[in-house]
Amino acid sequence: MIDKKILEEHNLTEEEYERIVELIGKEPNITELGIFSLMWSEHCSYKSSKAHLQKLPVTGENVIQGPGENAGIIYIGDGLAAVFKIESHNHPSFIEPYQGAATGVGGILRDIFTMGARPIALMDALRFGPLSIPRNKSITEGVISGIAGYGNCMGVPTVGGDVYFNESYSLNPLVNAFCLGICEKDKIFYAKAEGEGNPVLYVGSKTGRDGIHGATMASAEFGEDLEEKRPNVQVGDPFKEKLLLEACLEVMDKNLIIGIQDMGAAGLTCSTTEMASNSHSGIEINLDLIPQREEGMTPYEIMLSESQERMLLVAKKETVKEVQEIYAKWDLDAVIVGQVTSDQRLKVTFEGKTVVNIPVQAVVDMCPLYHRESKVPAYLESQTKLDPVPHLEDYNGALEKLLSSPTIADKQWVFRQYDHMVQINTALLPGADAAVLRMKDKKFALAMTLDGNSLYTYLDPKTGGKIAVAEACRNLACVGAHPIGVTNCLNFGNPEKPEIMWQFQEAIEGIAEACRTFSIPVTGGNVSFYNDTEGLSIHPTPVLGIVGLVRDVDKSSSPGFKNTGDVIFLIGNNKNEIGGSEYLKFIWELEKGKPPQIDLEEEKKAHGLCIDAIEKELILSAHDISEGGLAVCIAECAFLGNNRLGCILHLKDQMRSDALLFGESQSRIIVTVRPENKDALINLAQGQNVPIEEIGITDGDNITIHHNEKKIIDLPVQKSYLIWKRAIPDHFKAR
Amino acid sequence: MSKLRFGVVVFPGSNCDHDTFHVLKDVCGQDTFYLWHKDHDLNNADCVVLPGGFSYGDYLRSGAIARFSPLMKEIQEFAHEGGLVLGICNGFQVLLELELLPGAMLRNKNLKFLCEHVHLKIENDQTPFSNQGQKNRVLKIPIAHFDGNYYASPGTIEEIKANDQIVFRYADQEGRITEEANVNGSIENIAGLINKQRNVLGMMPHPERASESLLGSNDGRIIFKSIIHHFTKN
Repeated sequence: MIDKKILEEHNLTEEEYERIVELIGKEPNITELGIFSLMWSEHCSYKSSKAHLQKLPVTGENVIQGPGENAGIIYIGDGLAAVFKIESHNHPSFIEPYQGAATGVGGILRDIFTMGARPIALMDALRFGPLSIPRNKSITEGVISGIAGYGNCMGVPTVGGDVYFNESYSLNPLVNAFCLGICEKDKIFYAKAEGEGNPVLYVGSKTGRDGIHGATMASAEFGEDLEEKRPNVQVGDPFKEKLLLEACLEVMDKNLIIGIQDMGAAGLTCSTTEMASNSHSGIEINLDLIPQREEGMTPYEIMLSESQERMLLVAKKETVKEVQEIYAKWDLDAVIVGQVTSDQRLKVTFEGKTVVNIPVQAVVDMCPLYHRESKVPAYLESQTKLDPVPHLEDYNGALEKLLSSPTIADKQWVFRQYDHMVQINTALLPGADAAVLRMKDKKFALAMTLDGNSLYTYLDPKTGGKIAVAEACRNLACVGAHPIGVTNCLNFGNPEKPEIMWQFQEAIEGIAEACRTFSIPVTGGNVSFYNDTEGLSIHPTPVLGIVGLVRDVDKSSSPGFKNTGDVIFLIGNNKNEIGGSEYLKFIWELEKGKPPQIDLEEEKKAHGLCIDAIEKELILSAHDISEGGLAVCIAECAFLGNNRLGCILHLKDQMRSDALLFGESQSRIIVTVRPENKDALINLAQGQNVPIEEIGITDGDNITIHHNEKKIIDLPVQKSYLIWKRAIPDHFKAR
Repeated sequence: MSKLRFGVVVFPGSNCDHDTFHVLKDVCGQDTFYLWHKDHDLNNADCVVLPGGFSYGDYLRSGAIARFSPLMKEIQEFAHEGGLVLGICNGFQVLLELELLPGAMLRNKNLKFLCEHVHLKIENDQTPFSNQGQKNRVLKIPIAHFDGNYYASPGTIEEIKANDQIVFRYADQEGRITEEANVNGSIENIAGLINKQRNVLGMMPHPERASESLLGSNDGRIIFKSIIHHFTKN
């Protein structure tokens, strides 16, 4: 009998239970209840977010597949399509950092190759608590090793991503994994179960008890029972997944299958019901035939297991033998476990008895949707008020300190653990504004970036949402890429709290407005709620993954200074905005003030100028101004340039020097040109009505900045470079 | 000039097979084909390449399972008869397990996977794999491995040196053999090693990743050009 306690264990409300009974016309047995609990979990059903996600623009002339499938698909030209998505694996990565992160990578890879695309790039957005706390260090180390362990073995390069550190992630780190694959636009595969009597095949790893209720776990807050949740985390086997990748692409290339779905969150439950639901058909499977690695598993456990590296596919009767031979070639079993039916029901037998018999539509499409209450959070009023901070006496010291902030410091310690070059397409290595991947034999290239500053979103969710989109597009502009598609991962706290729901709604509105302004469709993504531990919520963290097209791979740009005597220009305006900055946070320990404001039209024009100037080969380097402001941006241009070339800047803006150096006003890009191209760039900017200002020259061994004729920064590049370079590794040395 | 025949071995878990194939076929313009690990035929290859990757997931020990692949019998015979065999990264590890080369690989000294451009100094330019470089020339070629910390017993190292078997060593940009440049901790900064007969080379760095200028370096081409030159010089 299903009682209150069982419902609670399954995260279902009594109202939801009554709806289940009504929909299936009977009291569900425990296995059926388990199936509903998974498919109706927040993670699988989007029941709290769906109403709001509809505000996002999802159409565009190149969109082949929008939200709702395993991944979004955008046409990129020459008969090719880019298949990409981002997904969170936050909760598992907190409980067991290595395996949690590794299986997050494994899951996003399967989402891409399930659609028939070969994955060509991975990226990760990571958010950790401060490295001064030992536990955060071990989480950071574990997560990064896990990402490396899985991606490197798969032979898919991890080409970048972003890493932020903030107290709000100490008990709830974020691991958002992005993957992009390429396929021919006419060879895309979907989760379909068509043709009555066609065989349903199970391929990949055997089913064990791991990961049972992973999706439900991802849909609840954590309390102090964390250690007990460890068995809910799956264990990854990247070698098995590599075999699965090659075998699946081979059967798809030979067009031997009708439909395919990976068994990710919610395992067999999700793959069977979704495939049948998509095709308005039914599926019948016999659990006795499911390869199992443990003895005595119950139907409940087999249906709910989240063991990794498994796929369900529907073959044609006449091709099934050839399918099995290809899997055998790759040392994998492909076992017929059932067949497609026409009755729109999921029927599951076990030891001769029917253990599940439910209508698939009820499971997949009938989950109640919630319009949850929202309320402006109380913290906003006090947090957005900023009393003036004291004037700095030592700007050099402040810049040096800021360069050692792990959020700003060099991330090579992270990136060098990832194989970022395999597949030999990585034309711009991690550390630049965006990764650039050439397409062999093509003139065009793809660029991609992840972004999301949660401090802005915490202080003003709508502006934070806009800036996340704007900054990702600005990153792309700096490498000469036109944005073509968006995937997003929305990490928030418990949506049952009205304040969290407010943050969520506002952020989505900001993202939607920015995407509309830049004319880029959102093709999917993932919502991760319940990022709360012991009642504390993370800062609201929308992460935007944006893909761009570089029209000519030979005309891309990179952030570092190139030659002595190049002229440094600022595209955009310095505004007197210090709120929400990394400077306030790291130097003054204040997460306060209004975040920088943004005019999306102004932003778009700045991108247009930057891309145009790169395509006209006027620009030698381009780098966007973000965390740490103008001073940090300039320092990075010097660090990443040839021979750590220095520069001399003269700034004349009427504002406090700290706001000028470290404020994070938007829509700004630092570019350099040869002196003979100065006028051409100025003319181009004037023609497009974009503010531009000559601010200095590359020269010498120091970073020198004058403000109104007073020298306020004078630092040897090499010395500050070492501070920036060593900040993160030093945290891991001192043990 | 007729094209050379390059066979690129595919193990389960190989992941630089496509890259190596691309460079040999599309960049170097040679006749290139895959060799499946379960077969027993080298398809008349002039040179066999064991590519990088994670054969058998690197489970047990890098290269330890791949050495038992059916095709390895033919490769051993081919090597013993003087055929050219190039092992890159995981391919080098397999050659060590096959005992076609002496020594073994330990975990990198920092106990982390390492992927980055490094500098190599050519120590021996009198081999089929390095004849287009010049002794002491510095090459910029990336590494990507977890187990690249080369080790051999002192006696073996003496022998290796006496026979001039070290082909590449990790160096700094100026060609100085320093401890800092020795990224993974290899004995004698060894990055590439040849057998006594001069027909089997193992190297941890990936020349196929440095064979097109768009990717930041062309220096890896020297290795492939040398092999081609070796066959065509007469």
